[in-house]
Amino acid sequence: MKDQELYQEMILDHYRNPRNCCSMENPTHCAEGDNPLCGDHLEVFLKVDGKIIQEINFQGSGCAVSQASASMMTENLKGRTVEEALEVFDKVHVMLTGYHPDEEEGDKSLGKLEALSGVAQFPMRIKCASLAWHTLKSALKEEAEPATTE
Amino acid sequence: MNREDFPLLAEGVYLDSGATTQKPYQVIERIDRFYRNENANVHRGVYELSAKATAAYEDARETVARFINGNSDEVIFTRGTTESINLAAFSFAEPLMKEGDEILITHMEHHANIVPWQLLCERTGARLKVIPVDREGNLDRKALRGMMTEKTKLLSLTHISNVLGTVNPVKEIIAEAHDRGIPVLIDGAQAVGRTPVDVKDLDADFYAFSGHKMYGPTGIGVLYGKKKRLERMRPYQSGGDMILRVTFEKTTWNEIPHRFEAGTPNIAGTIGLAEAVRYLEGTGMKKVEAYEEELMDYALARLEKIDGLEIIGSPAKRSGALTFTLGDAHPHDIAHELAMKNIAVRAGHHCAQPLMNYYNVPAATRLSLGLYNNKQDIDFLAEALPEIREKFKL
Repeated sequence: MKDQELYQEMILDHYRNPRNCCSMENPTHCAEGDNPLCGDHLEVFLKVDGKIIQEINFQGSGCAVSQASASMMTENLKGRTVEEALEVFDKVHVMLTGYHPDEEEGDKSLGKLEALSGVAQFPMRIKCASLAWHTLKSALKEEAEPATTE
Repeated sequence: MNREDFPLLAEGVYLDSGATTQKPYQVIERIDRFYRNENANVHRGVYELSAKATAAYEDARETVARFINGNSDEVIFTRGTTESINLAAFSFAEPLMKEGDEILITHMEHHANIVPWQLLCERTGARLKVIPVDREGNLDRKALRGMMTEKTKLLSLTHISNVLGTVNPVKEIIAEAHDRGIPVLIDGAQAVGRTPVDVKDLDADFYAFSGHKMYGPTGIGVLYGKKKRLERMRPYQSGGDMILRVTFEKTTWNEIPHRFEAGTPNIAGTIGLAEAVRYLEGTGMKKVEAYEEELMDYALARLEKIDGLEIIGSPAKRSGALTFTLGDAHPHDIAHELAMKNIAVRAGHHCAQPLMNYYNVPAATRLSLGLYNNKQDIDFLAEALPEIREKFKL
């Protein structure tokens, strides 16, 4: 029995009013992701100009955690460089899997994305929150195969 | 009923017996006793301990055979329903198939009764045909009759759907298939332990089920097969125990059912399964079935009253499972909130994606019953749902 409320107000807000939740014409990068365990499906679209992520959208179906995570991801990454986005991916991965390296090792703060940190104590939900991020990584790498959380 | 026999039920409300049942003390203690006092390998040692272990193992086979009214040499121990189906696919079905032959399954099958046949079709050039299900969740019997042709080499279908709870009229279906000379395999994973199963009365050629869904341990299951079928089948896995004589030139296969049990078997699991059978016999399968039926009627009546809750399917006869959607709330969020209240249900596609696609829901929430559930369990669930629906309203 866990005490912490997983569904922070921030998560419910992004679930009810997802940002950047639509398809995209002529994306420079896109990928599909699936969570085979629960049937969640997500698409991530990006327009990268030079190194900058000018636009980032998502669409798909899934639980509140997966939808909110995708929405918050798009909000956080718009305007960042691809390199920065991959750094955020690493930090989010650390946060979601509950691995906390020494604070001295550099800035681990993730701002609003920290609302997702509660997921770490629910191992069955980590894949819900990480689906959007794995799909993003797959899009940036332009992998041919759809991303999966497996 | 018998709630006090199940130690883990003190932890909360358990409504996921379709995934696996909890285990009674009798089974837990029997396995413990085997490892403490009786452990030895079977069919090998001449010392007393091994003789006793062998006797307990073969006695378990007789117990299981009696429970389903088969003969003990028709009971093959496997890891579970999945392995049972794979065994039948490899040893029975594959040698029969040639290009253009057909295998029939239904639209309500678990992945375990879909994928082995798909792979078999890939290997042999046979074709998989799917019998449709109507919106209520009943099998389209008329379509089935039309699909049974001289090309059909096997019909494989579930006794009870793990999603819809549909109880298929398998006895009638088997009779129809046999009229056309088609052998039938029944996936009984959700049925044994819920309803009395008599393989002779059903006249099933094969009947597959799992120990852990009938109050026994995990890792043990059964493939029942008619003797005349088993005797003509090729071995499944090969190694020790399934042979009579081995030279580097030629190996002679052991008698049935040992021919299909290579290597050291799951001895403790088998003995635990037999104890689960004795437990169910002690309670009485007719009593278990009647009790669960009444509880399911109660669950249907309570859940139907909840605003925004939609039950998937309304089969003519339902047992064990009730699957639903609830407003905008995603099943994972529902199951999470219920878990916070110590109520265990299953969320997802229930290993039956083609069926979920048919109902156009990527995921749903399922409650499934065991003999230990009671009306209070249903009440706790029903009282928790309206608030969850509200929380995840879009």
